[in-house]
Amino acid sequence: MKSPKFGIVVFPGSNCDHDTYYVLRKIIDVDVVFLWHKQTSLEESDIVILPGGFSYGDYLRTGAIARFSPIMNEVIKFANKGGYVLGICNGFQILLEAGLLPGVMIRNELLNFVCKDIYLKVENKGTIFTKGVNGNSALKIPIAHGEGNYFADENTLKELENNNQIVFRYCGKDGSISTDANPNGSINNIAGIINKRGNVLGMMPHPERSSDPVLGKTDGSLIFKSLVNNIFN
Amino acid sequence: MFKAKVLIKRRMTILDPQGKAVEIGAKHLGLSNIKNTRIDKYIEFNVDTKSKKAAEDEVNDYCKKLLANPIMEDYEFTLEEVK
Repeated sequence: MKSPKFGIVVFPGSNCDHDTYYVLRKIIDVDVVFLWHKQTSLEESDIVILPGGFSYGDYLRTGAIARFSPIMNEVIKFANKGGYVLGICNGFQILLEAGLLPGVMIRNELLNFVCKDIYLKVENKGTIFTKGVNGNSALKIPIAHGEGNYFADENTLKELENNNQIVFRYCGKDGSISTDANPNGSINNIAGIINKRGNVLGMMPHPERSSDPVLGKTDGSLIFKSLVNNIFN
Repeated sequence: MFKAKVLIKRRMTILDPQGKAVEIGAKHLGLSNIKNTRIDKYIEFNVDTKSKKAAEDEVNDYCKKLLANPIMEDYEFTLEEVK
């Protein structure tokens, strides 16, 4: 089976780029390259990842300045042609600022930076990013952010719900959705959404931090494996 | 050349967790009459154009595309001629 090539965009202030690279190369065992934010070639990547971190120091708004990095024009063109894009944490914030996904991210409700394992309910297992998630158990994947409080207006939310675009919600260990399981105040416990076309996913949790068995948790690897196994099908 | 003074305000329908937290401080200070604290952004810069109209256009562009997020924020600004 042909395996896809991943491109990881490196912005000034990205800090999960190397973790993601390590997981893809050593754990998932696929071809992967770094893409500096000033370049304008995606180097024939099949999947582009916008990694976590604090691009441009989170100045002005998270992701607001990175969105205008030269490579983003290419990422937007790529996404509009149906190319697969995964934004993780700060990458999700950049996708929102770039208008590739709807809504905005605001400061966590309690203002604290939350860094811990959380549970995710996979609400849509039909996407290329989640097809490989079997069973009904919640995924254990860590979060680490200060601005992960997702907000969208009523119409946008309705549209997201109707089109099955809410892919991940924060939940309890047993998969139940509750306010207690919501770590940041996100509306309707939203942790990850996909665009209508199904090729651009943004998620606040860090799958790359729960992919290497040496860390004692591997649920994050299901997302990368799902991409690898389904992209050419 | 013009000096622009831009005020960017988050819409009232969107929660401002910072404002809420700061207001807790006000309560602890004993300032019990303080209500609806909102923390917004104030930005200053120069616009090097000859006409005020050209300056306005450029500030609008800057605000719409970068300084404010039109999904959750509104902006207003003033321009003052400087030498």
